[in-house]
Amino acid sequence: MTDTPAPRHIPDRLDKPLSSAIFSWEALLVAVAVAIFAINSFASPYFLDPWSLSDLTFNFTEKALIALAMALLIISGEIDLSVAAIIALASTMMGMAVQAGAGMPALVAIGIVVGLGCGAFNGLLVTRLGLPSIVVTIGTMSLFRGIAFIILGDQSYKGYPSSFAFFGQGYVWWVVSFELALFLVAAVIYWFVLHRTSFGRRVFAIGNNPVAAQFSGVRVDRIKFILFCLTGLMSGIASVLITSRLGSTRPSIAQGYELEVITMVVLGGVSILGGAGSIGGVVLAAFIMGLVTFGLGLLNVPGIVMSIFIGLLLIIVIALPIVWRRLRRERFA
Amino acid sequence: MSILRKLMVMAALSAAMFVNAAYADNVKIALVVKSLGNGFFDAANKGAEEAAKELGDVDIIYTGPTKATAEAQIEVVNSLIAQKVDAIAISANDADALVPALKKAMDRGITVISWDSGVAPEGRQLHLNPSDTGLIGETIIKLAADYLPEGGEVAILSASSTATNQNAWIDAAKKVLPEKFPKIKLVATVYGDDDSAKSTDEAKGLLKSYPNLKAIIAPTTVGVVAAAQVVTDEGLIGKVNVTGLALPSEFKKFIDNGASQAVALWNPIDLGYSAVYLAHDLAVKKEEAKPGATLSIGRVGKVTLDDTNSAAMAPPFQFDKTNIEKFSKIY
Repeated sequence: MTDTPAPRHIPDRLDKPLSSAIFSWEALLVAVAVAIFAINSFASPYFLDPWSLSDLTFNFTEKALIALAMALLIISGEIDLSVAAIIALASTMMGMAVQAGAGMPALVAIGIVVGLGCGAFNGLLVTRLGLPSIVVTIGTMSLFRGIAFIILGDQSYKGYPSSFAFFGQGYVWWVVSFELALFLVAAVIYWFVLHRTSFGRRVFAIGNNPVAAQFSGVRVDRIKFILFCLTGLMSGIASVLITSRLGSTRPSIAQGYELEVITMVVLGGVSILGGAGSIGGVVLAAFIMGLVTFGLGLLNVPGIVMSIFIGLLLIIVIALPIVWRRLRRERFA
Repeated sequence: MSILRKLMVMAALSAAMFVNAAYADNVKIALVVKSLGNGFFDAANKGAEEAAKELGDVDIIYTGPTKATAEAQIEVVNSLIAQKVDAIAISANDADALVPALKKAMDRGITVISWDSGVAPEGRQLHLNPSDTGLIGETIIKLAADYLPEGGEVAILSASSTATNQNAWIDAAKKVLPEKFPKIKLVATVYGDDDSAKSTDEAKGLLKSYPNLKAIIAPTTVGVVAAAQVVTDEGLIGKVNVTGLALPSEFKKFIDNGASQAVALWNPIDLGYSAVYLAHDLAVKKEEAKPGATLSIGRVGKVTLDDTNSAAMAPPFQFDKTNIEKFSKIY
């Protein structure tokens, strides 16, 4: 209303405290990861075994691949709750293709293309119709999995070719699985895109203020559409991996993965309100979740205790920056 | 400060676990269930512990995921492989999806058997059925038919649509219907996913959609309680008979209040007991699991493997007003 700057404390750069919080957050994540690793090694004689550590990575690689794209989407201020349903639909389509006699390359292509298509469908609904992404993807979550259930019912598809098993069960070198290698390569690519390209800067700009970004010449809808496609693509890739790992398809495949993916992203320090976050944090969060669940699993701790642990971690992550900012503000007041 | 706090929490947690981690050189047999917090599987664990005591040199690891999904169960299997257990006895959430993980376990020298809910033959050395699929299918229909001399409409409230055993029983039930129970009309099969809330909704839906329904058959311990509660709440006792497979301790009040005339179940204690004996036979006594082989299951007797290396333990056991009191105290 008035153009006179208020005497109250209004920071001229909003991103400063946020970004510094993120930096310290990543440092904290590293500390947590190291601590959990050390505790696991002490607590179980079986933990420090190359094959155990290799098996551990299977607990999170598929979800973590999706988390990379989801991080960008959440930074841009959108969300996709349909990722697990996309896995189910892509897996069902691959299963149908197997029944029709498709070979390994065709299966991989079908999984990826179906994922991409589902992502594009989400993106179109959000950007063309201007619907909130949380509403759209709650809808498509039921839609995609519903189609899988209609096709499969209580049946399952199996009989995937043996060459297809490599993606979810194979190793590229010694104990380094294909899934882990793919995740690490994808993490580097996503890190580069988000933190080293103008595309990445635009994603942050949209998340901080979509209107300002639009007026600055950023094609907001187009970038959001691309991000939905990327999330679909990664879900398609994850579908190939998990279908290969399980060697079969049921419509209930990957049930509940969407929440675990989003947990990873938020635990990695990505602001659920958009505008802040880093790929490094998400990668660390993926490893932490894998370490926690596998470490507790080695001690045969019931799964519900693991859920409590992850839940507490998540609440701390979300509450900490807010509490910290409030404390700062009170000091200035 | 928050790092410190987290470290303290984790240190406390792990300290508590050191106690569990200290196992002697005993044979480690893992009893893997579909999900924890299920009375049926807790009873099976009782039997497993009983068998361990008899065998002397066995430690039981009773474990399973919180969510009854194949993916979560694979994570459990992976952690058991890493712990180098001697045998895994699993009740599977999915007959096919567990196969690669269990194959890996066998590749690393672990004895793998399935019990209750089976795994495809290539993923295990043998499978112990609690009973015979055909007999169970017939029993669940008979439980309803015995109290419907005039016949009528019945519906099935099952567990999840992917549950291996429930699907097999329902198929068997459908097979015996036309010849043995011509007056019984199966009008619907719905799935409550072994979730109390969902099973309750599905049971209510059945009563709305089929006003002439005479019986709800729930071949799952979760579904049968939900259905009986719905029938009780809606004042339909005497009109709709709930039956199926139920744990006596959980279900006693519905036999008492008349919502159900009779239910059946095999003895889960015997099932856990027999599974541990079979795992011990293969892992320690090095007996071979092949078609036609006869294996000992302690006080329960002996089982003979069929062409797919499967064996049936015993026929289902019926509970009604005359004996529910006694069995509700056991499990």
